[in-house]
Amino acid sequence: MNPASTSLVTQFVSSPVLAGLYDWLSLHPDHGGDLIGWAVGRLVLILVIVNVTLVMAALLVWAERRVSAWMQDRLGPNRVGPQGLLQPLADLGKFIFKEDFDPGHVNRWMYLIAPLIALVPALITFAVIPYTGVYEPDAQVEGGWAWNSWAVADVNIGVLYILAITSLAVYGLALGGWSSNSKYSLLGGVRASAQMISYELSLGLAVVSVVLISSSLHLGDIVAYQANTTWFVFQQPLAFFIFLVAAYAETNRLPFDLPEAESELVAGYHTEYSAMKFAAFFLAEYVNMFVGSALVVTLFCGGWTFFGLETAGWLAALAIFAVKTLFFCFVFIWVRWTLPRFRYDQLMRLGWSWFIPVALANVVLTATAIALDRTWVAWILPGVLVLGGLLAAWIAPGHVAVPRLAERTAPVSGEEGSR
Amino acid sequence: MTEVLFYCFAAVAIASAVIAISRKNAVASALWLVLMFFALAGTYVLLEAWFVAVIQILVYAGAIMVLFLFVIMLVDLKSEELAVMGAPRFRALGLLTSALFLAVAVFVVLNTRETFVAAADTWDRGGALEVESGSAAGIGHYLFHRWVLAFEVTSVLLLSGMLGAVILTKRRLT
Repeated sequence: MNPASTSLVTQFVSSPVLAGLYDWLSLHPDHGGDLIGWAVGRLVLILVIVNVTLVMAALLVWAERRVSAWMQDRLGPNRVGPQGLLQPLADLGKFIFKEDFDPGHVNRWMYLIAPLIALVPALITFAVIPYTGVYEPDAQVEGGWAWNSWAVADVNIGVLYILAITSLAVYGLALGGWSSNSKYSLLGGVRASAQMISYELSLGLAVVSVVLISSSLHLGDIVAYQANTTWFVFQQPLAFFIFLVAAYAETNRLPFDLPEAESELVAGYHTEYSAMKFAAFFLAEYVNMFVGSALVVTLFCGGWTFFGLETAGWLAALAIFAVKTLFFCFVFIWVRWTLPRFRYDQLMRLGWSWFIPVALANVVLTATAIALDRTWVAWILPGVLVLGGLLAAWIAPGHVAVPRLAERTAPVSGEEGSR
Repeated sequence: MTEVLFYCFAAVAIASAVIAISRKNAVASALWLVLMFFALAGTYVLLEAWFVAVIQILVYAGAIMVLFLFVIMLVDLKSEELAVMGAPRFRALGLLTSALFLAVAVFVVLNTRETFVAAADTWDRGGALEVESGSAAGIGHYLFHRWVLAFEVTSVLLLSGMLGAVILTKRRLT
């Protein structure tokens, strides 16, 4: 950039017009009390964030195809735009111009609103996630946190809001399955509701231990607490693991994509959907993936902070948040193209007989750790579980999960297959 | 502003409740009921009871109604089976139950409002924490101090209900 344009940019940034606009829109959390300006500012912010989320979801579709291709030693879509980056745009065009066909046997109203109900909860979850913030050391002196988070809606019950909204996502899938009036769709919808109800419990219990330690339901406080001590992934490894796996189940991603298991149910709950209505379901999955990653980052990996790097300013903090979130999106994709799909009974057994008891025990242990003021207590349970698993695999190799997985993928003889 | 919003939410709540009980299709009923829960949560937000509002959505819309929907979808009543529900004796039973419920609700509202406010006041004056009644801290404070016995009794009641359901289904299986 040449000096002339630099000075122009500086002039523009420091101009009173922009500063006035900035103040009027109250993009900074300490808004002056101008209600209309505040409302307009929030609307602009909502518009930006919804669009960023949707574009991210579209890019994640591209990323998934490229990463899976890379993992399978293929190229993936690389023709439209540089590295195939415009592929989502081409896909969108295809979806829009495809015939929007409504089968005659569907329950029309519910069939129409189901994709919207699937997409909306995924989008509005982002309202409370602190995507960036500012480091203000003075605030700590006054008894607050030095890390001041920004979010669209800075509510003090952010954690509960997220749990409430994610619990609504199941309606879209269940309704889509039911209203399609087809047995594959119905089975997919029923599977989706059973699976999401089951894993919601472990998801909630994993969050409880985080809330217990940070003693706040406010996501900004949780980020600040982690910046002040250490990330919850180090304080609560078990809760982190359970949350991550439950998030895969909640977003219906492999290894838990049974509601749309194509080898059994054609396409599950969206079998009867076509064109943009199908795309809405598809988009909802990727938005959920993006929001889920953002949540894991916020709750367990320090949010927009990174060991003092965030003090550089809110843009740096935003970049940190983006990088961390994209990393977890990559983990989502990585897991999908690495693990085989669970069988339905395995999924249910894992959820009810392993995750919920273990998550409950973890909550009790966390409470004990807080009472004793010893954070390492939280490491006992994951340590015992991992060591116990290794020991069991070593002593009785025929009776633990590792060989069973191999047995499942191996071809079965007639008698075993009927089991 | 608040008043206007309250009337909006109240209108939506009443309308969706009426629609919910007048639908023939059980799935549609369940969905209208979910809308009613949202409108109710809206009125809680207007009272600045954020916690109650979110719990309303989390528990009723997010958990209980999903289970309802799950069961409705699995059972999938046919119209002739639904016609049985419209028989006169069912109607009489329904009228009786709703009349009883209305009586209980009116009784509770008329009788306990003042006593509850008074009890909360004396509790606050007795050197209790300074809490807002609608926040997580406030609810927790009342739940685990003043009403801890009622809370525990309720949880035992729910547990016994749960055990009963498990036993009933298990007996049929074996």
